[in-house]
Amino acid sequence: MTDPIVFAEGLRKSFGDVQALRGLDLSIPRGRVCGVLGPNGAGKTTAVRILATLSDPDAGHARVAGYDVVRQAGEVRARIGLAGQHAAVDEKLTGRGNLRMFGRLSHLSRRAAHRRADELLERFGLTDAADRQVAGYSGGMRRRLDLITSLILRPEVLFLDEPTTGLDPRSRGEIWDSVRELVADGTTVLLTTQYLDEADRLADDIAVIDQGRVIATGTPDELKATIGDRLDVVVEDPAALRPAATVLTTLAGTAPATMDADRLSVVLPGGLRLADVVRELDRSGVAAADVRLRRPTLDEVFLRLTDRKEPVR
Amino acid sequence: MTALTPPADHRLRWTLIDGLTLVGRELGRLRQNPGELIAALIFPAVMVVLFGYVFGSAIQVPGGGNYREYLMPGLFAMVTFSAVMGVMVRVATDASRGVMDRFRSMPMARSAVPFGQTGADSLTGLLSLAIMVGAGLLVGWRPHRGLVPTAEAFLLITLLRYALSWAGVYVGLVVKNDQIADQMVPLFFPVTMLSNAFVPTGGMPGWLRFLADWNPVSALTAASRDLFGNPGAPSGHLTWPLAHPAATVLLWSAALLVVFVPLSVRTYRRRGR
Repeated sequence: MTDPIVFAEGLRKSFGDVQALRGLDLSIPRGRVCGVLGPNGAGKTTAVRILATLSDPDAGHARVAGYDVVRQAGEVRARIGLAGQHAAVDEKLTGRGNLRMFGRLSHLSRRAAHRRADELLERFGLTDAADRQVAGYSGGMRRRLDLITSLILRPEVLFLDEPTTGLDPRSRGEIWDSVRELVADGTTVLLTTQYLDEADRLADDIAVIDQGRVIATGTPDELKATIGDRLDVVVEDPAALRPAATVLTTLAGTAPATMDADRLSVVLPGGLRLADVVRELDRSGVAAADVRLRRPTLDEVFLRLTDRKEPVR
Repeated sequence: MTALTPPADHRLRWTLIDGLTLVGRELGRLRQNPGELIAALIFPAVMVVLFGYVFGSAIQVPGGGNYREYLMPGLFAMVTFSAVMGVMVRVATDASRGVMDRFRSMPMARSAVPFGQTGADSLTGLLSLAIMVGAGLLVGWRPHRGLVPTAEAFLLITLLRYALSWAGVYVGLVVKNDQIADQMVPLFFPVTMLSNAFVPTGGMPGWLRFLADWNPVSALTAASRDLFGNPGAPSGHLTWPLAHPAATVLLWSAALLVVFVPLSVRTYRRRGR
C-alpha cells in the first residue's frame, strides 16, 4: 500500500463571484493515468493549475509526489511536467532550441541538456523538424514538442491539460501513442479532456468533475456499468414496435429510452440475459430482425452524470 | 521528506545562470529571425536619415550648429525609450502564449525571468546603439570631448535603458496579452516626442514645457549633448532637470529600478490567476 502520488482534499478556489472549485477531492495512485472529465467551466483547468503550482487554492490542500503544492512548490516543480493549453514553447526558436533552453532552465548541464534534447526528438519522431522554427510546425507537431518539453526532467507526474484539443485525428493518435509510451515508463498522468473517447482509450481511472466537485470516479468500465447495458431491438414490421415495447418495459422495469420507426432501445438492469429477452419477444409473437446488447458509451455516462436536473446549490 | 531550501549563494548562482539562459534565448530568436533583426537595426538608421535630412533641412539649431549633430543625442534617447515597448511586448507575449506558465511550472529561479528579459533587452539595446552610432558617424555626427565624457554618455544611455526595461517588464506582466501590448506601442511615441529630442522645450507652453523638461528622454538628450559636445545646450532660465541633466538621468534610473524591480519580481511570482 503506497500513498497516492497526487492527492487533493477539499480544494476550493473562487474568482470573484465564480466558484471554480467547491471542495474538490482527488487521489491518483502512482503509475496510473487518470482522466479528468467535465463540461466546460467545471473546474478542470483550475484544478490542474493548482496541482501544477501555478495557482494557490483558497482552501483545502494538495500533495503531488509527496510535497505540498503551496508550501513546497519548488519540490513539486522539480517532479512534474505540464503540457497542454497552459504551457507552451517559444515559437521563434527551433524545436531543438526550445528543448535545449528548457533543459538548461531545468538546471541540466549544457551537455546534458543537448543530449536530452536529441534523445527526446529522436524518441518522439521530431528529429527531421528539429532545426526548423516552431512557428512553421503543424498543430500536431507543436503539441508533440510541447509534450516532450515537459518530459525533459523525466517527471514523476505529468499534467496534460486538453493535450489534443483542436487536432486532427492522426495527430491525436500520435499524441496518444506518446502518452502510452510514457505510461509504460511508469509516469503518472493526469489528463483533462473534452473527448470522451480519449479518456476511454488512455485512462485507467476517470474522475468526472462538475461544478467544481468530483461527482463520480471509477474505471471506464465501472462508470459504464453504473448506468447498465443497453438493449437495441430492431423489428421487421413497424407494427410490432408497440408490442415489443410492452415486452421490454415489463422485462426492464422501465420504458424504452428511445423509439424510432422500427427500433427501440432500453437500459437493462443487471442480471437480465439476452436469451430471456429473445424468448419473451418470441412468446409475444414479435418478429425481431436484430436484438443487440451493448455497453453504454462514456458519452452516455457523462451526459447522465452531468445532467443538471437539480438546481445548482 | 523535508523541503530543502537551497543556500542563498546557490540560489543566486542559479538565478544568474537562468537569467543568462534567457539572454541566450534572445540570441537564438534573433538567429532564427534575421529579418526581424535587420528591421530592428535598420529602423534607427532610417530615423537618422529621416530626421537628419527631412526635418534638418528646415530646423535652425538654437545657438547655431549642425542639426544632425544636434539630432543624434535625441535619437539615442528615443531609441533608448523604445526599450519599454520592446520588453513590454515580449513579456506580454510570453504571458499570453503560455511560455510564462511553463517557466512558472519549472524548478527555475523565480526572479530569473524578469532579470533575463531585461538582460536580453540590454543586448539588443547595445546592438541598436552600435548601429545608431555608425549611422550618426556617417551623417557627420561626432563626439567632441574625448574618450571619458563619450564613455560616460554611453553609460548613461545604457543605464537608463536598463532601468526603463524594468518598467516594460512590469507593464507586460500586468497587461498579459500580446495584442493589447501591441496596441499600446504607439502610445509611447508621444512620450519620446514630448521632449527636447528634436526641438528645444523653451518655446512650448508652460505646462507642456514642465512635462517635457522632467521627461527622462529630455534629461538623457541634454546630458548626451553635453557629454558629446554637440550643439543645442539649452540657455536662459533653466529648470532643474535641464540644468543638471546627468544627475536627472541617474535619479530617474534609480527611481525606476527601485520601483519596478521589486514590483515586477513580485508580480511575476504572484500566483493564483
